[in-house]
Amino acid sequence: MATFIAIVLAAVLTNNFITVKTYGICPFLGVSKKTSSAVGMGVAVTLVMVLATAVTYPIYEYVMVPLGFDFLEIIVFIFIIASLVQMIEKIIQKLSPSLYKAMGIYLPLITTNCAVLGVCEMVIGDMSNIIGDATMNMGWAVLYALFAGLGFTLVMIIMSGMREKLNCVKVSKSLAGFPISMITASFICMAFTVFTYI
Amino acid sequence: MKNKYAKITLDGLIFNNPTFMLVLGTCPTLGLISSASSALGMGLTVVVILTLSNMLISALRKVIPNEVRIPSYIVIIATLVTLARMILNKLVPDLYDSLGGFLALIVVNCIILGRAEAFANKHNVLESAVDGLANGFGFTFALTVMGIICEFLGKGSLFGVQIMSFKISALATPAGAFIIYGLSIAVFTYIIDTFMRSRRIRGNKVARENLLDSKTVDAQPVKEA
Repeated sequence: MATFIAIVLAAVLTNNFITVKTYGICPFLGVSKKTSSAVGMGVAVTLVMVLATAVTYPIYEYVMVPLGFDFLEIIVFIFIIASLVQMIEKIIQKLSPSLYKAMGIYLPLITTNCAVLGVCEMVIGDMSNIIGDATMNMGWAVLYALFAGLGFTLVMIIMSGMREKLNCVKVSKSLAGFPISMITASFICMAFTVFTYI
Repeated sequence: MKNKYAKITLDGLIFNNPTFMLVLGTCPTLGLISSASSALGMGLTVVVILTLSNMLISALRKVIPNEVRIPSYIVIIATLVTLARMILNKLVPDLYDSLGGFLALIVVNCIILGRAEAFANKHNVLESAVDGLANGFGFTFALTVMGIICEFLGKGSLFGVQIMSFKISALATPAGAFIIYGLSIAVFTYIIDTFMRSRRIRGNKVARENLLDSKTVDAQPVKEA
């Protein structure tokens, strides 16, 4: 139970992917103009993160390490993620066209999202600062991916809310666009920094 | 002939600078500029990988079928990143540790795949190498400048050497990185805009056309390639 709480708190607040680790900034800046698209992107990223971890972790742990192929992790992981994204896209397209319409455009972008490869790399690495003495297993890995994705979605929603308000303000020409969104993002980061002192 | 290479170089370094003008590869930028030396190390690693991947992809551009080009590029880049990771781990373990997860994440760095897709698969090997070097050094330049600002203000040191005791610790966190990056983009675009405008006012039409031309060098197919 303690491990569970530690993972949830770390993934959502203290080690949030966007505000602390700065993974997945491209969708964070690119798709956060409207709350609806931010939610769509967040859900899509969470889904892919969970599935990618659920596939890559056992492959790494039970196939690549015993066979001594662990140095190929980057190539194998990126291939698994790319094919997984393609597969999810096709399945959603077939099962639920309305969901595909809402989420489909975000899926291809996710292949080159740092957050997905980042979480796959993290769970096979040293996680002792988060889970303490507990040994890493597939359950914790998937749980970490799930809550990291939810933390990502949370920050996306906060950011999109702030940017919607920002539309009503006049911004000087050289600051308009990326610079002002980054300064906005920095305030969110400052708010999240407080959690690292817990 | 010489002019073409100058155009590609200026394009990558300044007018289409991947970090300031196109805002690509933001994750390693924001994650590493709190220390100037790791920013410089990341930049140089990207220079090597980008140049090699551009050259390889350009050399193989007539062999790779169009339908499977993206997976092929990813395999080439992932192989180079795996090699870079092993070499850095062996030769400069300090840098390897300071780059952390961002070293593996070079695979999904938009700059490298972007250059492959926008430039290397349409141009010859030499041009692609120049483009890779220019974009890589554009990225390195941006990262190092921001790294120096961030580290100096946030930690009071430069490249790990303590200089002053006054520091604003908040600037060494991701929050500070976001602010410095945002302001740097604003300043850089302002300087470029002012530069272009001054050219226009002086009526130096030829130079301006050259500049504007170099901005769209990617869009023009090169006939001899």
